[in-house]
Amino acid sequence: MTVIGYLTAILCCQLVGEAFVTYLAIPVPGPVVGMVLLFIGLLIKGHVPENLAKVGDTLLNNLSLLFVPAGVGVMLHLSLLADDWLPISVALVISVLLTIAVTGGMMVLLNRSAKNNAEPGS
Amino acid sequence: MSGEVAELRDIWVYLSTSPLLHLTLTLLAYQVGMTIYQKSGLNPLLNPVLIAVAVLVTILLVTGTDYSVYFEGAQFVHFLLGPATVSLAIPLYRQFETVKRAGGAIIASIIAGSMTAAASAVGIAWMLGGSHDLLLSIAPKSVTAPVAMGIAERLGGLPSLTAVMVILTGILGASLGPLILNLLRIKDWKARGLAIGTASHGIGTARALNINEVAGAFAGLAMGLNALATAILIPALWQIFK
Repeated sequence: MTVIGYLTAILCCQLVGEAFVTYLAIPVPGPVVGMVLLFIGLLIKGHVPENLAKVGDTLLNNLSLLFVPAGVGVMLHLSLLADDWLPISVALVISVLLTIAVTGGMMVLLNRSAKNNAEPGS
Repeated sequence: MSGEVAELRDIWVYLSTSPLLHLTLTLLAYQVGMTIYQKSGLNPLLNPVLIAVAVLVTILLVTGTDYSVYFEGAQFVHFLLGPATVSLAIPLYRQFETVKRAGGAIIASIIAGSMTAAASAVGIAWMLGGSHDLLLSIAPKSVTAPVAMGIAERLGGLPSLTAVMVILTGILGASLGPLILNLLRIKDWKARGLAIGTASHGIGTARALNINEVAGAFAGLAMGLNALATAILIPALWQIFK
């Protein structure tokens, strides 16, 4: 299949995902369901086709760009941010550091104990 | 002379209402952000999204342009978030063997991270006198924007304020994440990706993808699972604590 063919396939996954979550009224975003669908497709196919990799890697290598328009939305709330700047900045900074420390630390610990169980004495 | 000024104004009036201007400005601002980021030797504090947003907000405020007018052009970039999210299946598939082996650890770590994110943000904002609207809007801030806005709506917060909290959290996680992970000596790419994806969704995932494919795959996985965990856990906990 061509590059455009795989771009179409990606959009179809997203479209089916959106329809699925709207129909079932579940709080998961449509594209996340689309991701699961594409993943199932890859499992069936058994490898990542070259032209799909071209589309996907181009999008993912520039993922940060895609958040810029939503980020500019900050200008809608400048006065609210000015009023509550202290609780917002302290809460966001400390919370993000804590979340990273807890998630990363727990993953390292659980992985270590799993390894120790799998290879006793090693 | 005044005729030329009038002509220039006509050109501006014409361009400022067409999507081309703000689409191009978005891409140019991102190029500026990327150039500064790369010239700085990839200094995480000079996040390209942060620089691009600062440049664009300044331009829009100076020219008195409404966000809705800007978004008419920028929506073409924004739209690609959906297909990009679907594409996260590709790095996930490439890393599937590693993901399968660590399944239990992944799920437990993400649930712990999801609870930490919501509880610490709401707790700290409450202690520092944040408004009721802020407390409800900040709770789902580590979750990818569309889901976070849905959760805020269900709690009775302001979805558009939540979107701002989500973006700020993403930029903070992408900038500070590598620093705190180095400080804690967490070197495993799986754990690093999982932590950044759980704490700072797609913006953190974007950064993880640029550094290491294993970290990127785990960050994308964490972003998806955290959205699911938080969407279920926060409304349930809110019922108990309110």
